[in-house]
Amino acid sequence: MSPLLQGVITIFVGVVGCVGYFYAANLILDKVIFPARGPNVGRNINRATAVRPWLFLFPAIFALSLYLVYPVIGSLWRSLHNRAGDEFIGLGNYAFLFGDGEFLQALLNNALWAVVVPAAATFLGLLVAQLTDRLSWGNIAKSLIFMPMAISFVGASLIWKFVYAGDPDIGIINALRDSIGLDPMDPVQVPFWNNFFLMAILVWIQTGFAMVILSAALRGIPEETVEAAIIDGANPFQLFFKIKVPQIMGTIVVVWTTITILVLKVFDIVYTMTGGNFGTQILPSYMMSFMFRDDGRATAVAVVIMIVVLPVMIWNIRQAQKEMR
Amino acid sequence: MDNIAGKSSGLKWAVNITVALLVIAWLIPTVGLFVSSFRDRDQITASGWWNAPFSVELTYRTRADDGEPVREGDLWVTEGNIFASSEVADAFSSGEASITGFGVTGREPTAYAAGTEGETRDGGTLIVNADGSYRYATAEEPDARGLRIYFGADTPPDFTMDNYLTILTAQTTEEREEAYAEGQTFWEILSDEEGIFRNFINTFTVTIPSTVIPILIAAFAAYALAWMDFPGRGLLIACVVGLLVVPLQLALVPLLNLHNQIGIGQSFVGIWLAHTGFGLPLAIYLLRNYMVGLPRDIIESAKVDGATDFQIFTKIILPLSFPALASFAIFQFLWTWNDLLVAKVFLPSDDASKVMTVRIADDLLGSRGGDWGILAAAAFVSIAVPVLVFFTMQRYLVRGLLAGSVK
Repeated sequence: MSPLLQGVITIFVGVVGCVGYFYAANLILDKVIFPARGPNVGRNINRATAVRPWLFLFPAIFALSLYLVYPVIGSLWRSLHNRAGDEFIGLGNYAFLFGDGEFLQALLNNALWAVVVPAAATFLGLLVAQLTDRLSWGNIAKSLIFMPMAISFVGASLIWKFVYAGDPDIGIINALRDSIGLDPMDPVQVPFWNNFFLMAILVWIQTGFAMVILSAALRGIPEETVEAAIIDGANPFQLFFKIKVPQIMGTIVVVWTTITILVLKVFDIVYTMTGGNFGTQILPSYMMSFMFRDDGRATAVAVVIMIVVLPVMIWNIRQAQKEMR
Repeated sequence: MDNIAGKSSGLKWAVNITVALLVIAWLIPTVGLFVSSFRDRDQITASGWWNAPFSVELTYRTRADDGEPVREGDLWVTEGNIFASSEVADAFSSGEASITGFGVTGREPTAYAAGTEGETRDGGTLIVNADGSYRYATAEEPDARGLRIYFGADTPPDFTMDNYLTILTAQTTEEREEAYAEGQTFWEILSDEEGIFRNFINTFTVTIPSTVIPILIAAFAAYALAWMDFPGRGLLIACVVGLLVVPLQLALVPLLNLHNQIGIGQSFVGIWLAHTGFGLPLAIYLLRNYMVGLPRDIIESAKVDGATDFQIFTKIILPLSFPALASFAIFQFLWTWNDLLVAKVFLPSDDASKVMTVRIADDLLGSRGGDWGILAAAAFVSIAVPVLVFFTMQRYLVRGLLAGSVK
């Protein structure tokens, strides 16, 4: 059976299955288990109301537990076992990781990514959001800068591979170097700095995201505060840094953390650009080097990534709870 | 507002120019690859894409074999036109090119400028003019194959769809022509398993069910979390927010093992299930946030009129939530289309079931590393659909982004 046909059948089965489940489950609850008639009408209606939310939630809870909660526990457990998975070796995999130079390098690089990319993307996003705010062609400018968001990390890497190409007749960077008389170089092979050339790709993608959210936040600033500052004689720079930025600080933090989480998960760019060579390894791509070969070590790396993400996760939950009250 | 903001016109210019520069900087990488995807392979290596509208100097080699050697005094003289000579006649059939230089050795293919007299290895003389006409004079009778001549010619820009056809069908221009000659239709050539068109269809196959199914599951759950009262609701919402940021890396190994145990293995069914599971937290979160904001009056008056929760959900909430559903659908579509990680792990690794991202990252970048025309075309085949979706549905995407980030 061709995958395409299989896909059509899956959509059909999925949609009919979902709708059918919800419809049938509600029908059975109301007509068979707790019918709204007979001697216990009141009690039955109350019971049906108490059960119904769980009917609505059941498929989601089931899928979430199976596909996100179980794997967290499963990975933790698996990471304590050896390569074949039949022998419990405690923290052996972690001991290996922390003795491995490549892992330490990945950890260090990841820290660098987690600082530089969110900072640069948020800064540039804020800059564009402010500059385009009152521009007549601001919306066009914004949607062009936003466009890389739609491009896959693989596609973006390819686009930038082209920019960084060593041949001055292909790579624009080397063409510029060539025109001022410098020798061509390969940016992804320059020790240490190559990390920054790879980060540039993610900054290029994420600036649009930061811009969209911060632009909306800037629009939401009450006009009165801005007008008052102008009447008090604030110049445009004071207006921006002392009046506007403090008021959207909350949004800036949100953008920053969202990009940070993304940075900790993305492996595509390093994987396509360098394959982790030339000292550019990061944790997610380091994990992929063990995938299909040593599940114990692969899961150990995944757990390390999880631990790094954990503070952000807790912070997010706190914020969401605050918002709900 | 501009006036009271007190912006001088100088500042306004500075803003305009800065934004223009930023936009250009953001576009250049994409434009470069886009232009290159339409250029002829030889032209890509001969000049940068920013020179694409101009002629390119390419070097060719041929033989002076289109004219008969004639005896003139004590010399053998051959005259003819270089563009008509055997080895390059095809490349110059339109006859627009002009010669910039010529030579007689491969090491210095343009040693002499057009119109000047060059010396051949047998002691004779050779003149090649800009229009391609040449005159070769030598003391000995030249052999029948003709003199080996190298020359550089300004070739007009050559834009072509060849790169796209080649990457889609995995057949070179000549192979395609042969196939046509054998009576194959374009569609048959396109369906070849080697071509990236197959991977393009695979990406669609992965994407559509992975987008549709989580929406339904999430919509019901979001309604329960937004409008139904039950113990543990707050805790469940907190869990969803927490699961939003769980790194996918954790899920890979245990889920793949699970799929192997229950017999799904690496397959399309497996990746649909995986994408559904991974997409749910965002879907529930986005939809709940939106549904909570719907007016309470409508829902309560429906309840008073005797509507059940199921009816309220399907008849009122679902139609009203269309913008949020659209936002999530776009997110999930872009994410599954662009995904490399999940596809690498949950799909089989044979060529026939790879999606485009995997094909580009694992196959093309390795085997076609230097063939920029092919790579660029492949990239644009994979980028085209999400960019199209992006520009047509941008409104919903922005709305979703604004609702989706934890405030």
